[in-house]
Amino acid sequence: MFDIDRWREIFQSMGKNKLRTVLSGFTITFAILLFTILLGMGNGLKNTFAGFFSRDAENAMFIQPERTSKAYRGYQVGRRIEFKNDDVEYLAKNYSYEISSLIRRNRMHVDFSYKEEKADYELLGVDPGIQFLEMATPYKGRFINQLDINKKSKVIAIGRKVEEDLFPKGVSAVGKHINVAGLAYKVIGVFTDPGGDNEERLTYIPVTTFQSTYGNNNIVHQINLLYNPDMSTDEAIAFGNRMVRALKDKHNIDPNDQRAIRNTNRAEVVQGTAGVSFVLDIIVIIISIGTLIAGIVGISNIMVYIVKERTKELGIRKALGATPSSIIMMIMFEALFITSIAGYLGLLIGTGVVKWAAPMLEEYFIKEASVDLGIIIFATVLLMISGIIAGYLPARRAAKIKPIVALRDD
Amino acid sequence: MIQIKNLHKSYPMGKDSLHVLKGLNLHIKEGEFVSIMGSSGSGKSTLLNIVGLLDEHDDGEYFLNGQLIEKLDEKKAAILRNKFLGFVFQSFNLISYKTALENVALPLYYKGENRKQRLKTAMDYLDKVGLKDWANHLPSELSGGQKQRVAIARALVTKPKVVLADEPTGALDSTTSDSVMDLLKEINREGMTVFVITHEEEIAEQTDRIVRLKDGVIMSDEKVNHKVNA
Repeated sequence: MFDIDRWREIFQSMGKNKLRTVLSGFTITFAILLFTILLGMGNGLKNTFAGFFSRDAENAMFIQPERTSKAYRGYQVGRRIEFKNDDVEYLAKNYSYEISSLIRRNRMHVDFSYKEEKADYELLGVDPGIQFLEMATPYKGRFINQLDINKKSKVIAIGRKVEEDLFPKGVSAVGKHINVAGLAYKVIGVFTDPGGDNEERLTYIPVTTFQSTYGNNNIVHQINLLYNPDMSTDEAIAFGNRMVRALKDKHNIDPNDQRAIRNTNRAEVVQGTAGVSFVLDIIVIIISIGTLIAGIVGISNIMVYIVKERTKELGIRKALGATPSSIIMMIMFEALFITSIAGYLGLLIGTGVVKWAAPMLEEYFIKEASVDLGIIIFATVLLMISGIIAGYLPARRAAKIKPIVALRDD
Repeated sequence: MIQIKNLHKSYPMGKDSLHVLKGLNLHIKEGEFVSIMGSSGSGKSTLLNIVGLLDEHDDGEYFLNGQLIEKLDEKKAAILRNKFLGFVFQSFNLISYKTALENVALPLYYKGENRKQRLKTAMDYLDKVGLKDWANHLPSELSGGQKQRVAIARALVTKPKVVLADEPTGALDSTTSDSVMDLLKEINREGMTVFVITHEEEIAEQTDRIVRLKDGVIMSDEKVNHKVNA
C-alpha cells in the first residue's frame, strides 16, 4: 500500500494531468465548502429563532391584572383589578398539581446609589422562584431565598450591569450596602440573565420586604408561575384558560371580559414556534443533503470520465504486464488522495468563511452561525467514499476490458 | 517457441458469430523472423492478439515457450505478457505524459524492478535504438520513427522471448519504415524471435519467412530467399 513506486506513478499521473486533477478536486472542495456554509447559516437562523424565546423559562405564565372593559354583577366598567396575597394562596390551594412554582412580582422604578455613583433601576419584589423563571444565574454570592422572604430581610440581588454601573472596577458588590431610594440594602449576590443587558439592569428584593416597606400592604402587581412541566402544551394552555376564568369569577369580572386579566402563557408561544422550528430543521436538512448529493453526482461523473479518458493508457499498461488489481489500485489511490486533500481544503475554507462571516451576519438575523465539525468530517468522508465507489466501478470495468479492445479505441 | 495446433476463433456478431480463424497450424522456432501477410479481414490481427495473450482462442492448442496456454485469468496473462512478450503497435501506444525513458522503463515497473535499476536498463535500450539524447522528451516531441523506436526499446526492455509487431511501419513513410525494419532485423540477428504482422509485400519480404493468411486459413508458408545484393 505504501509502495513508493505506486505513489510516484500516481503523483506523476496527477501532476501531468493538472486540469483533470484540479477539476475533480474542485468538485469536492466546492461541495464541502457549500455544505459547510449552508449548514452554518441554517444553524445561525435556528439560533436566532431560538434566541427570541429562550430568555425566560419555557413553562412560564405571567398574569397581569388590568381594568375591566365590561360591567358585571353591579360593578362599573373601568374598575382597576388588584391581586392580593390571598389570590396567590387561592391558586396554590386549587392548582397544586398544575403549578410547580408561584411567584409574586411587584415592581417600581427607583434611584440607586453607592458612594458617589447614582443611577435608576427597576426594583422588583419577588419570590425565590423568579430565579428559575428568568433563568438568572447568581455568579457571585446567592439569590433571594425563602428565609429572606420569611424574615422580610433588607437584602438585594443585583444584575451584572448594575454592579458594573455602580461599583468601581474590580470591587465586588457582594456584602456592600447600597442606597435604594433612601434605604440601605445589603447586596447578597450578582446575577447574569440570558435576557441580556436590560434584564441584567434589574434588582430583586424579597416580595415581603417590598410589601411591608413600600405601602405596608399585601398587594401583588403581577402573579408569575411555572406550570408543571409534565403537562403537554395543550394541557398547559387549557389550564391557563381555566385558571383565568376562576380568577375572573373570584374578582367579579365578566367571563367575556378580555381586558381585565391578561395572561401571557408561554405554552401558547411554544406551540406557535415549534412548527416554525421544525420547518427550519427540515429546510436545513434538505439543503445539506441536496448539496451532498450534488457533490456525489459531481465526483462520480468526473471519476467515470477520468477512467474513460484513460482507457487507452490502461490498455497499454495491461499489454505491458499490469495486472487488473494494479490498475484498480492505481485509480482508487488517486481518487482517494484527491478527494481527501480537496475535502480537507473545503472543510478548512468552509469553516473559515463561517467563522469570518458570523459576526457580520448577526445583522441579518443569523446569530452565532457555526457548524459541528463532526458533521463536516462525516460529509467529507461520505464524499471520499462516493468518489472511491464511483471510481471503483469504472476502474474495475477498465481493468476487465481486454487490452486489445482498449488499444483499438483511437 | 510458438506452437499452434488447429486454432479456432470466432467473434459473436449479434445472433450469428463471425468465424475468423478456421483451424490454424503454425510452428515458429526460437530465433525466427516471421511475417504474417494478409489483407484486412484475413484474421492476422486476431492471430497476433491470441499469440500476444491479448485475446483468448476458442478451440485448439497454443504453446508459448513450451507452456500450454489455457484458461488464463487476467493476472496470469499479464504476468506472462510481461515475462515472455514485447509489443510494438502500429499507433506506437506510448503514454503521452511520460518521457521516452519512463515509457521504456514502464514494463520493468510491472516486473517489480526498483526505480534506479529500471531507469538504467531503460537508458541502455534507448541507447541501443539510438535515442539516448531524446530520453527526457515526451512522445509529442518525437517524430513517428522515433516514437516507434521508443516502442521497440520498450518491447525489448524486459528481454522477452518473442517480439510481436502489429503493422510496425503502418504509420511511417518508406524511409522511416526501412530504418525501423533494419532495427527489427538487427534484433533478430541477436537471437530474438520476431513476429511481424503486415499487409505490405515490401515489409514481409524483409523477413525470413512469410505466412500468408486468407479468410482465416493459411494459404502458404514459405521461406524467403534473400537476394544477395538486396
